[in-house]
Parts: sequence; structure tokens; C-alpha cells
Amino acid sequence: MRVLELPQTEQSRAPLPAPEKALELYRTMRRIREFEDRVYDWFQAGRIPGTVHQYQGQEAVAAGVCGHLAREDYLTSTHRPHGHAIAKGIPLTEIAAELFGSPAGCCRGHGGSMHMGSPEYGMPPASAIVAGGVSIAVGMGISCQMLWPGRVVASFFGDGAFNNGAFHEGANMCAIWELPVVLVCENNFFGASTHITLVNKVLPLSERARSYGMPAETIDGNDVFAVFEAAGRAVARARARAREGPSFLECLTYRRCGHSRRDQNKYRKFDYQEEEAHWLSRDPLELARKRLMREGLAAQSELETIDRAVASEVQEALDYGEQAPRPQGEEALRHVFWEEGE
Amino acid sequence: MTIAKALRLAIAEEMRRDPTVICIGEDIAIPGGWGGAFTVTWGLEREFDSQRLRNTPISEAGLIGAAIGAALTGLRPIADFQYSDFLFCAADQLINQAPKICFMSGGRWKLPLVVRAPVGASTRGAQHAQCPEAWIMHTPGWKLAVPSSPYDAKGLLKAAVRDDNPVFIFEHKLLYGSSGARKEDNAVQVDEPVPDEDFVVPFGVAAIRRPGRDISVVATHLMLYRSLQAAYELAKEGIELEVIDPRTLVPFDYETVCESLGRTGRLMTVEEDSRRGGWGAEVLAEIAEKYADLLKAPPVRVATYDAPIAASPVMERFAVPDAARIAQAARKMLAT
Repeated sequence: MRVLELPQTEQSRAPLPAPEKALELYRTMRRIREFEDRVYDWFQAGRIPGTVHQYQGQEAVAAGVCGHLAREDYLTSTHRPHGHAIAKGIPLTEIAAELFGSPAGCCRGHGGSMHMGSPEYGMPPASAIVAGGVSIAVGMGISCQMLWPGRVVASFFGDGAFNNGAFHEGANMCAIWELPVVLVCENNFFGASTHITLVNKVLPLSERARSYGMPAETIDGNDVFAVFEAAGRAVARARARAREGPSFLECLTYRRCGHSRRDQNKYRKFDYQEEEAHWLSRDPLELARKRLMREGLAAQSELETIDRAVASEVQEALDYGEQAPRPQGEEALRHVFWEEGE
Repeated sequence: MTIAKALRLAIAEEMRRDPTVICIGEDIAIPGGWGGAFTVTWGLEREFDSQRLRNTPISEAGLIGAAIGAALTGLRPIADFQYSDFLFCAADQLINQAPKICFMSGGRWKLPLVVRAPVGASTRGAQHAQCPEAWIMHTPGWKLAVPSSPYDAKGLLKAAVRDDNPVFIFEHKLLYGSSGARKEDNAVQVDEPVPDEDFVVPFGVAAIRRPGRDISVVATHLMLYRSLQAAYELAKEGIELEVIDPRTLVPFDYETVCESLGRTGRLMTVEEDSRRGGWGAEVLAEIAEKYADLLKAPPVRVATYDAPIAASPVMERFAVPDAARIAQAARKMLAT
């Protein structure tokens, strides 16, 4: 790795939030991990249709940022949206049912894995076009500025989106209009199979983002407390009455899963083995567990209690999804246009 | 009143009526500027602030994305393209995002978005000339209006603003009646009185602009006026065209066209888009499939030839249908 300094475990000095919040962040991460691991099993076993782009390894980003968001705040997401949907609070049952294409799903089976969302949680259907959500976040920011002062928008996207024009058009608009938007770049080092060093002359990405005239920083995206702390500053700026405007957070993180359904990450075994080993040794859940126990915020037994509760919650959600009713084929023609009374 | 002024009036009235209506686009709110490429928003910056009349960078993807995001969260944006050709810079937002969000959410998010764009050849060459109606018509999730008169321009735009779905409005450069520095050579004067009061023109209701017994001619924008001109010439020969303005392409008023075909038995579409895969092809296919019994003769398309538009005025005039070409096609149709 030429340009990016990899975060080291012992560097983590991020302040810990209040104990209740710290445990909430851990629980959110555990819900995402448990959900994604079980979905992986079920998908490989042929029980879930379609495709999945999973979030294992990046949990600290969604949990840390959404830890600051209220239900009415807005969020845009990507082709890898399960973690964002869970962290934003959409019930696991609705997310699971959506994976099965059921009318009980959060998008009534019309969206599926890549288009999770819910109006009740401020999350429109995730855009599976890379960088597609960024300019939409601009418009949501305009609405917040004009209609909903105090609300904020968190726009999640990957390192791949950073080299798409739509990101740059959106980032510039956020800056010139001082919009209450937090641009959250999840730099997981690979755009599908292409390493960031092959497609970026300047790293970290935050250096380029800063040139738009907004605060931008690169943080350890596997340290949920570091993400929570940095996102706290960004969200506070966005919420401020004085229109302090957008911020850019580059969260360095790593997939513990493949890019999509059956990807085995073979491309990491060539030039990037050391980097992979470094990141795989830094599981965000383990980092959080160790810190919580080391600093006396939770005993091992408490964390295990959370883990067990989450495991049964996830099991129930997936069972619910699998057994939820399937739609009639004719539903395929509904909702092309808005139906009154929705 | 000109079309540009009628559109301006519709925008101002809707913005006064509903504080959530905003405009977003390039060069739309610059004191001393043009009011968009063709003067539609000219002077509105004196009444509305820069939040509601939001001037953007030259970022088509960004501005349409922004309009989508605003529409999802409580605003009713009217987004402005300077030229229809530029909409391809925002193809993701226009094809993958706007018309699919309500659908992908299972009908849980509504998207009250209006996008306006000028079409038509106007001696500016290949990248400022296209009529991309068919691209939008082909994509489920859009409604599509094609006003050709000041009355319709005002009424259709007001209806679009009040619609809870994405609506595209294509307007024609030579029909705006833009004045001053933005005056167009070869413009067609289509001024008419437009009522001051609030009214809407409902979608999916065509208008018969000229009754006739021989051929039902469906035409939009500049081609509507050239068809009327052809009808005037042909009347001298005893040929009577019935000229139909569909006013909206989605939804499309097949009922009015079929009623007309009941009288004429002959169908001709006239469009400025290039012929292959244009909206005329869709109308012909639909009629041939479902209402073939109404046709006494094979239906005919008159359209721009399948080539980009050349800058040379001579070449442009050759490529785009004129009244003579329409009249010739009509004579040929009746001779068979």
C-alpha cells in the first residue's frame, strides 16, 4: 500500500460514548453481522432468490453514523444496503421479507436486496447504480434546508463512487448550497475486484473531497467509536442553525465477504495478501468487544446475552420472511405510478 | 401570449399557490440573464428567492438527482434542461432513478417531479437539435406532455406540477416565441390569448386542430403547424386532412385517434424525431395491432430521416419534414 496508512488497532483512542450508547452501537453491529451471516448461509443453500451484496466487515460505518440519526433523518444507500437499512431501524422482518420478494417486505417485493428502503425510516429505495444516491441526497438536503430545519441527510457510497461524475456533481452542490448532508465514503479498498491504487492517483480520498470546500477526514472505519465520534461532528455541523453545511467522512474499512453472491475474493490473493491479513485481523465487532470489556463498559456475559438475543431475533426474521406470503404475478404491473391513498 | 410567457405564468402561479413548488436549472435565475436558454423563467428572480429559483452549476446529473431527492422529501421541483440533447448527461437519473423509485419502493414513495426540455432542429447542429420523446416514452414510469400552443403549455405544465408522478414536458424551440437576444430565426408565431385564471389541461386528451375526412394526421410541436400548413395547401386540391394534436404522448389518447380513423380510415404520424423507433412507430404499431379494422390503407410515418441533424440550414431543411413532404405523403397515400 503506497499512499494510505492503514489504521492500527492500538491507535484507537476515540472517546467512548455513554455506556448505553456504546452497547447500542455494538448491538447494531451484531444485528448486521448476524443477519448477513445467516443470509449468506441461506443464500448459498438456495433458500433466498436473486443476488446479495453483503456488508460483513463494514458494520462499524453504518452503526457509527446512524447512531446519530433520528428516524426522520434521511439516508441514501447503495447496492450494498442491508447494513444501512438495519442501522436506520427498518425492522429485520421487513428486510428479510423483501429478500424473499414478499408483499410483506419493506418494498413489497418490488425492490429486493439492492433497493432496500422505507418511507417510515427516511430511506428511499437504495440506488444500485454506483454514485446514484449522492445527487439524490443533494435534493433531500434542499428539502431539509427549506422545509425541515434540523434534519440531516447521510449519503453512503463506496470508494468506487468517488470516481464517478455523479459524486462530484453532488459534492459540489452540497458545498455551494451549504446543505445539511454528511457524505460517508466507505472505502473498502476494492471497487468490485479493482484495487483503489489502480484507479486513484491521489489518496486518501478525503484530500480530494476537501477541495470542494468542506471538512473532510479519513478515519478508521472499523472502529465504531472512531466513526461515531467523527460522524457526531459532521452531523452536528449539518444540524446547526447557522448552515455549517456538508462534511465528508472517508471510513477505511474492508469486506469480510465477497463483492457479491459467490465471489471468493481471489483477486486479493495476488498483490494484496498482507493488506487483507491486516484487515481480517481487525474485525470491527471484535475491536468493539475488546474495548468495551477492557474499559469496563460491559462484561463478557452481557455481550454474550446481546449476541444470543440478536441471533434469535435474526432467526425469527428470516423464518418470517421465508414463510411470508408471495405476491401474485400481476403485482409486477402495480406501482409504476403513484396510487392515491398510499 | 407566447408559449414562453404562458410557461412563465404557469410557473409563477404554481409557485405562488404552493410554497413547495421550486425551480431548479442552469442559468434560470440570473439578474440580467436569459431566464433559462429560451426565456421561460425570465424575470422570475425578482419575485422568488434563490432557494425557490435555484440556479445550478452545469451539472445535469446533479441537478436532476437533486430534483429527485427534493421531490421525495416534500418539495415539488420543476427541473429545467437548456436543450433536450443534454438530458443524456443525466441518463441515470432520468432512466434508472426517477421513473423507478415509486415502483421499486412498492408504491411507498411518491415523486412529484416535472422536467422541462426544449426539442427541435434550429440551425445549431447535431447536439442541439434532438427530439428524444421516444426515449422517455419507452421508459415506464414517466408521463410525457408535448404542448404546442400557449394555452396547452400553461394548462399542461400546471397539471404536471400537481401530478404526484414524474412528468416530462418537451417544448419546441421554434414555438416558444422567445424575444430579445433569445429570438429564434425561423420561429413560428403561435401567440393566442391565454386566460388569466387558474386552469389545467388534463393528460390523455387529444385535440383535433382541424377537421377533415380523408386522413387522420397525428402531429406534435413544429410538425403540427407544418401539417396544418399542408392541410391548407391540400384543401385547394380537395384533400381534407384531419390534424390531431395528442398533447400528451403518455398517456396517449387512442380513443380520439380511433374516432377519427372511423371517419378517415387512414393514419399518418408526423414527427421531428428521426424515423426509426420514434413515437410515430409506436402509435402505428398500436393501431395496427388493435384497430387494424379501422384502416383502409397502410399507415404512414413522416419523420426526420435517420441521420443526425447537420448544421447547414440547407441540409437541416432537407432532413426535417416540411409541409411539402407531408402533403406529398398524403397525396401518395390517397393514390394507393
